[in-house]
Amino acid sequence: MMAQRIGRISPFNITALALGMAFLYLPIVILVIYSFNASRLVTVWGGWSLRWYHEFFNDRAMLDAAWMSLRVAAVSATIATLLGTLAAVGLVRGERFRGRTLFSGMLYAPLVMPEVISGLSLLLLFVALNAERGFWTVTIAHTTLTMCFVTVVVQSRLASLDRSLEEAAMDLGCDPVQAFIRVTLPLIVPAIAAGWMLAFTLSLDDVVIASFTTGPGSATLPIRIYSEVRLGVKPEINAICTMVIALIAVLIVLASLAAKLSSSEAKSAAPL
Amino acid sequence: MSTRRIFAQPARYAAIAPYLWMVLFFLVPFGFVVKISLSQTAIAQPPYVPVFDFSEGWAAISAAFAQLSFDSFRLLISDSLYISSYLRSVVVAVTSTLILLLIGYPIAYGMARLPQRWQPIAMMLVIVPFWTSFLIRIYAWINILQHDGLLNKILLALHLVSSPVVWLSTDTAMYLGIVYSYLPFMILPLYATLSKMDPSLLEAASDLGSSPLQAFWLVTFPLSLPGVGAGALLCFIPIIGEFVIPDLLAGSGSMMIGQTLWLEFFTNKDWPVAAAAAVALLVLLVPPLLLYDRLQRRTLEGDR
Repeated sequence: MMAQRIGRISPFNITALALGMAFLYLPIVILVIYSFNASRLVTVWGGWSLRWYHEFFNDRAMLDAAWMSLRVAAVSATIATLLGTLAAVGLVRGERFRGRTLFSGMLYAPLVMPEVISGLSLLLLFVALNAERGFWTVTIAHTTLTMCFVTVVVQSRLASLDRSLEEAAMDLGCDPVQAFIRVTLPLIVPAIAAGWMLAFTLSLDDVVIASFTTGPGSATLPIRIYSEVRLGVKPEINAICTMVIALIAVLIVLASLAAKLSSSEAKSAAPL
Repeated sequence: MSTRRIFAQPARYAAIAPYLWMVLFFLVPFGFVVKISLSQTAIAQPPYVPVFDFSEGWAAISAAFAQLSFDSFRLLISDSLYISSYLRSVVVAVTSTLILLLIGYPIAYGMARLPQRWQPIAMMLVIVPFWTSFLIRIYAWINILQHDGLLNKILLALHLVSSPVVWLSTDTAMYLGIVYSYLPFMILPLYATLSKMDPSLLEAASDLGSSPLQAFWLVTFPLSLPGVGAGALLCFIPIIGEFVIPDLLAGSGSMMIGQTLWLEFFTNKDWPVAAAAAVALLVLLVPPLLLYDRLQRRTLEGDR
């Protein structure tokens, strides 16, 4: 069986795969390598060095932006995970309620709507409310966008869970809330964790919405990178980008561990 | 059965907080966009004439309705800048989607033909760049494409060109950036349909005398069309509104509608026109979104 399947991979398939993967990864690998370049010129190799990392840790403005980004990402991801999980529970377990279609439509729309529109509309709201733009306006904007992603992730996990587990818990005397907290919640924790990490990375990545909703003096890291990049390539940016990539890589490993945990636990607890 | 009904109660309450949040931060702001797109431009802070003033009751609202202005929309359809950026968005999105299909299909096909245990790894490898910041990925390309960047160095070393080629700020660079950023969006739905396909169908085709190429064209490709449609729309829809990639990689010539909106908003400070451009962009997106929705529904029904 195995041999037969391997026999079916043609040279064409292998070439397509290899070229595809090279296309996806080479630019990132080159960027990471050049972040350790000692030379001031981005294109001339001057030997290995941590110089640009030092430069970053002495750059007050960049550090502030990075700190701002991390705070926004952590706070917005946490609120988004709370709200997104509640939304998923409401959609999967709440069955019918008034305005359910509108609700799921509102959660679906930001996934596909261009970021310029989301950003513009939130800015118009903040202006109308006379809200001072800064940390909280960006955080609210990111929460609104990312909770939709969290809802999708948690919703699909919740929908695949066997509901009879909860019904059994209720037959044994739990009230619905207890049954949810004691039985369902532990089973969907990995999906919730994956949702949080997705929300965190999406927030850490966003330029467009943040540009609309942040105020002067509270730029996030992507906004700073963006304005630097428009002026040309700087080796320091390579170092910052490499650190962001490293951070996200760690998160991906954690997320896939959570997913693995989720599927093996689900297999032992209930049929998928 | 009765337990189920009891359960529905608290679950419904769970939706209250996210519901209110989405109404306040999605629906209401969207109403503001529509409202401002219908108001007059003004040199003020905020730079538009308020349309509604709810504090003065119904009389004021109906008076305001009489004053609604379609000037911004009139400007949108009369000024060639907007029409050309509208058109450019469509052209760029269609072209990029076609390139993505051409590149993404062989990769997805190769993934689906891998031995079963390698497939999750290949899928992971496709998803990882999607998690990596897209700004960083675009920046990585700027590194490569710049005047004395790696690409020109390689081309010079191979004597393929005699002097550095200008890559940055060209449409080529923009398409490269778009294709690079959206490739996972194309590969994943294609892979999803291709990997579900029954290999015995191909064996049957070859038993009946078709060559591998014929079998692909007559059996595999038609069966993968739902994946092709999903992938194409999944790329087309966000590319239409793209702002950052054309801004960083394309030249300063013609703009996409997302860029025009940005310029109108931040540089010209004409909020009503920017809001009208946003509404126009959404209108542009309605047909592909409806198509995608129908396609998804049909695929889900087909699965059952």
